[in-house]
Amino acid sequence: MGVLLETANLTKYFGLVKAADDLTVRVQDGELVGIVGPNGSGKTTFLNLITGYVPPTRGSIRYRGRDITGLPPQTVTALGIARSFQIPQLYTGLTVLENMLVALATRAGRSRDFWRPLRDNRRTEEAVQILGQFGFKDEIGQAVASLAEGERKLLDVALSFALKPTLLLLDEPTSGVSAKDKFEVMDTLVGVLKGTGVTTAFVEHDIDVVRRYAERMLVFEEGKVIADGAPEILLADPAMKGVILGTG
Amino acid sequence: MERLVYIAVDGVIFASWLFLVSLGLTFIYGVLRVLNVAHGSLYALGAYMGSSLVLLFLRAGYPTALSYLVLLGAALLIGLTVGPFLERVFLRRIYLKEEVLVLLLTFAISLMLEDVIKLVWGVEPYLVNAPYLALGQVKVAGVAYAVYPFLLTGIAVAAGTLVWATMARTRFGRLVVSVIEDREISAASGVNVPLVFTFAFTLGAILAALGGAFTAPMISVVPGVAVEVIVLAFAVAAIGGLGSIEGAAIGALLVGLLRAAAVHLAPELDLLAIYAVMALVLLVRPYGLFGRAEVRRI
Amino acid sequence: MLPALAGLLLLAVVAPALPGWTIFLLSMAFAKALVVLGLVLLLRGGLVSFGHGMYYAAGAYAVGFAMKLLGIREALLLSAMGLAAGALLASVLGLLLARHRGLFFAMLNLAFSMILYAILLKFYWVTGGTDGMGVRQATFAGLLPSVAFLRLAYFYLTLGIAVVAFSLAHRVAGSPTGYLIRAARDNEVRVAYMGASVPQTIYRTYVLSGALGGLGGSLSALNVGHIVPELSYWTQSGEFVFVALLGGYGHVLGPLAGSIVFELVRNYAYKFSPYTWQLSLGAILLVIILFLPGGLWSLFERAVRWRTRWAFSSRPRI
Repeated sequence: MGVLLETANLTKYFGLVKAADDLTVRVQDGELVGIVGPNGSGKTTFLNLITGYVPPTRGSIRYRGRDITGLPPQTVTALGIARSFQIPQLYTGLTVLENMLVALATRAGRSRDFWRPLRDNRRTEEAVQILGQFGFKDEIGQAVASLAEGERKLLDVALSFALKPTLLLLDEPTSGVSAKDKFEVMDTLVGVLKGTGVTTAFVEHDIDVVRRYAERMLVFEEGKVIADGAPEILLADPAMKGVILGTG
Repeated sequence: MERLVYIAVDGVIFASWLFLVSLGLTFIYGVLRVLNVAHGSLYALGAYMGSSLVLLFLRAGYPTALSYLVLLGAALLIGLTVGPFLERVFLRRIYLKEEVLVLLLTFAISLMLEDVIKLVWGVEPYLVNAPYLALGQVKVAGVAYAVYPFLLTGIAVAAGTLVWATMARTRFGRLVVSVIEDREISAASGVNVPLVFTFAFTLGAILAALGGAFTAPMISVVPGVAVEVIVLAFAVAAIGGLGSIEGAAIGALLVGLLRAAAVHLAPELDLLAIYAVMALVLLVRPYGLFGRAEVRRI
Repeated sequence: MLPALAGLLLLAVVAPALPGWTIFLLSMAFAKALVVLGLVLLLRGGLVSFGHGMYYAAGAYAVGFAMKLLGIREALLLSAMGLAAGALLASVLGLLLARHRGLFFAMLNLAFSMILYAILLKFYWVTGGTDGMGVRQATFAGLLPSVAFLRLAYFYLTLGIAVVAFSLAHRVAGSPTGYLIRAARDNEVRVAYMGASVPQTIYRTYVLSGALGGLGGSLSALNVGHIVPELSYWTQSGEFVFVALLGGYGHVLGPLAGSIVFELVRNYAYKFSPYTWQLSLGAILLVIILFLPGGLWSLFERAVRWRTRWAFSSRPRI
């Protein structure tokens, strides 16, 4: 138990725009953190910085005590941080099952294999099982290109989850997913995450989702964290709620 | 010391030729995001058309002094006919597809044009040097240089300036720049993007043919010229950063001077010098000196 | 795969009854199919090389030099040296090339192949320049076949090696590396966010591709008996690209189908009109790009699907 992820004075300028402003955040082992805020407040940039997709202008990021500032996504992922995307990033030419198989093969360190087949019994079994948890049953043989928006989002989350990371970062995991499926999937997902002790941070616009699952909430505005606390407490303040919803 | 002057003069001459032949290629890429592999074929067409027309022109008894206009005319003829044809009939269908397919398309076109040239002009070399010889020689640092290559330098500079001025000063040029910056926003703002594309491709074709037409008097025009040019033009444009005119100029200077140095100091390496520069630059800066990587937003 | 293997077995059985020029044509088709296979492995990753002639040439000249300088005449050994030459060249060039995609990758390959061409021409005292190098008859396990059987011997050698190579390629295509390169074509970001390396995957595939090119080149050299610098010229590379698209790259057998069709058609077309060969090639390539991006193999797949309503997951996405 301890601090899993720690950023210090993390700042990012895109030209003149300050997308991240002196962010100093600590995430404890096993926490479930919700990240909220209006559009353009720097939430996705925060995830991009942690995972190394963009280098910070200033500041540092420590993961398990190790400085990971500036490391590329490939290395960061290999260290145990997985991430899902606002716009699902999938292998559109492969089927749902194949996408998952690739994720599992890579997780097992088998990305270099050129002799052993991708589809082996154990891997396929696990793939089918994980996909089932996210609601994929008969469609697993379908090409990804034919999936509906919500299904693509779910697959994206499933892939990141399948990597069995120590820290899972989700960018709007339920956006595009139907209201009926939202809670069902989140229930399952959070259940497994808590059960296996995975630290999770998720960016969310749906207040109900945040209220229900997050133990802690970080409120972003204009690149800064303006509030950090329990969701019920923060949301009780109408001014804060307004900021989060973008109406205030 | 004298050697340095020769290297400098040779270097600038070669650099201006390189700039002229790579200008069209880099410009088309900048606007359409298409690497026109048929650029070499357009150059060859300019060379062949230029040679044939000058031959006919001189045989008809007209003065050599006017043959330069004929060369210019040949370039315009090729550019204004073949350019829009290729763009409208072929390229237009494939803009939204994968980059690799577009490349293959222009490659297929270059294969076809290679044979078209053979069918129309045959395989015998064309040697029409009259415009070259007519300008005579000049002494630079005690050595006799042909004057014609300097004309080429002038044309290269003129072409580069013209393109730059068109983009920076004219209203149409600014429309082109906006399309380069952001195709979607321009279209949404009412810019006639297809027209801009046709214009840009045609201008690129004219420039390619211009390079060919004015090089023809200096060489023996044979079917192999197209591929030599596309490889060189790509090398220079890539070094400078595809789409960047300044980049092409600097890339051309770099390669030109280096090659001139190689020719004078280590002749065996002259061809390798060009590719070595390209390989080195791309190792360090994969998008060229002035090129930009396009980072995907996620 | 199985029907194809059966077909090839049948071919092997009837071969002695076929005329000499057909055997030669088929040998060349198989040899070149190997180069095209190398290209196809890259095409599945969204990468097209306009310079694969250099690996073809590397393999061929490896045979030439091995015979001339080292006195080696054993066919299998020479083929292996061709493969090694291709792999070696690819492992060096791949260091630069694996960082590039799309048009840079295509054009850089073109540039390097033209450099090799220039070198092969220039250093004529070593390579024979435009005259090229001759290749003497090879031996097969020490035996020198009589002229009557030589064609057949080369055919069986080429066929055998091709069968092995294609089977191995099929295996690689079904492996994590085989899938990762397709994944990289679709979404490089996602590959990185799974912890895998796109440049490394591309590099490995490129080296394999170069090895296949060299293998094809060596087999060609043995069959033809003569090696010229034009093997590295861009039009040769263009032919390989054409065949890759003609055959389709959804399945590893695409190159084989495309190559055989190509060699047969070319044989007649070239006799008919040598000056319009490139024209026809370009035109057909154009038609394929615009209307049938999956190549001949996709036609075959469509026919099968129509008959059995299968879902092919390995369809190439254009």
